[in-house]
Amino acid sequence: MADRGGMVESRGFGYWLTHLGLIVGVLFIFFPIWLAFVASTVEQQQIVHPPMPLLPGDKLIDNYARALSSGVNAPVGRMLLNSAIMALGIALGKIAISLISAFAIVYFRFPGRKVFFWLIFLTLMLPVEVRIVPTYEVAASFGLLNSYGGLIFPLIASATATFLFRQFFMTVPDELAEAARVDGARPMRFFLDILLPMSRTNIAALFVILFIYGWNQYLWPLLITTDPEMNTIVMGIKQMFPSGDDTADWPVIMAASILAMLPPIAVVIGMQQFFIRGLVDSEK
Amino acid sequence: MEKRVTFRGIWLPILLVLPQIVITAVFFFYPAGKAIWQSLFIPDPFGLSMQYVGLGNFEYLLTDPYYRGAFATTAIFSGLVTLVSMGCALFLAVLADRLIKGSGTYRTLLIWPYAVAPAVAGVLWLFMFNTRVGVVTWYLGQLGYDWNHVLNPHEAMGLVVIASSWGRVSYNFLFFLAGLQAIPRSVVEAAAIDGARFWTRFRTIVFPLLSPTTFFLLVVNIVYAFFETFGVIHTITSGGPQQATTILVYKVYSDGFVGQDLGSSAAQSVILLILVSILTVIQFRYIERRVHY
Repeated sequence: MADRGGMVESRGFGYWLTHLGLIVGVLFIFFPIWLAFVASTVEQQQIVHPPMPLLPGDKLIDNYARALSSGVNAPVGRMLLNSAIMALGIALGKIAISLISAFAIVYFRFPGRKVFFWLIFLTLMLPVEVRIVPTYEVAASFGLLNSYGGLIFPLIASATATFLFRQFFMTVPDELAEAARVDGARPMRFFLDILLPMSRTNIAALFVILFIYGWNQYLWPLLITTDPEMNTIVMGIKQMFPSGDDTADWPVIMAASILAMLPPIAVVIGMQQFFIRGLVDSEK
Repeated sequence: MEKRVTFRGIWLPILLVLPQIVITAVFFFYPAGKAIWQSLFIPDPFGLSMQYVGLGNFEYLLTDPYYRGAFATTAIFSGLVTLVSMGCALFLAVLADRLIKGSGTYRTLLIWPYAVAPAVAGVLWLFMFNTRVGVVTWYLGQLGYDWNHVLNPHEAMGLVVIASSWGRVSYNFLFFLAGLQAIPRSVVEAAAIDGARFWTRFRTIVFPLLSPTTFFLLVVNIVYAFFETFGVIHTITSGGPQQATTILVYKVYSDGFVGQDLGSSAAQSVILLILVSILTVIQFRYIERRVHY
């Protein structure tokens, strides 16, 4: 990695052109978000008489306070809470059930193990979008409409994480389990004291991916929550647009959009190394 | 591959896999099975009884001009999203890879839109191109171009493609940059000594060596465009105008939930299920081969 440029590139015209190209790319990526941020700091009047300003105004606190406390249909604060519960429920729930089932299929021989493994394989990569109508009927028949359970359970019903933990457990040296067995440690002791601490990095990586996955869900919350108080923020933004010909409350909608982006962006930036690792692992 | 050392016990492991089995059975296998079952029936208008029609729903779909239209729309849409997002990402990754210092900074600056939900990206782009208040619309108007994606199907398609590709650039960039940095420097430098210019080096050495990454991203991006872009379409165009942006997943939703045509919606789910399975098989076969690369 050291001296990667070497003789291939020299500092000169091309060097600055490279930076220029990247800066244009970064600006292109930033521009929509910058505009949303500006819109969330100005008055409605400044937006409905285009062109809107390209520099922030002085209504930041007003707009965000209005969005958080009252919103349009439901307070954005409430929707953020719903999203947080959903995203954490999906991430932690899926990690928990996947860890123990991966432990079982790797470290035990039990009847039905092979069948179970193939069932897991079948669930890989079949998104919820494909089976929405029947899944909706199932959730409705359990009385899960407008509930956190309804938001969470159908989205942890796939075994991608089990598959990843299985791959990881297979790389753990046999000597560790051997030693634990010789010492007379019970299986769960081995799991809690040795396997779990060793899986920390994998768990963190998976957490980042699953948290973003859960937070950014759109179609499922749209179907399962009809009560505005149960809307998640990502699907709730669309509900803030008026249905008729009325003008949308742009400053509040844009404040909600910014608030909807902040938690997953914070997770990606704060846990960047885990994120990159998780992304690469989960696509293998 | 099996573990040599295992623990004894039958009830403990069964207890451990039980939560996963219950959740997967109830929320995955049962609904997937039911989708296949429902696809063979047509409910009567009152929803009281079901009439068995065999493959009738599928035959109807394959001759239905709207469904075929949605198929064509999906092909165009996912092709464009894949091309635009991978093209931009490759360009930026090649630039970042040329830098001796600072590629990490650009990486941090470029990866975080991955975290922006497709539906939120949809709202951001809708705001810029809104027919009444959009900034871009206004500036285009000053240049004499009358932007109206609400009426113009091509502009609607263009907008959903850009909005869907935008956040996706980050993801592709990350994989392309990793792929580029894995190419041995010595190979590229040898070509440079032989006098090959940048573009020649890229075309004859770098791009071929990058092909495993490119192929992998191709499959993953098609899957993304098929399924995860629902939020973009729903927020920006709701499938319009005149179904110009109705992709297959959107049609499953609009026929099943808005139109209440359960048999047809289920049959569409089954067709999507088959498409996803094909893509999955391609991906797994490719990954096995990557080991030899």
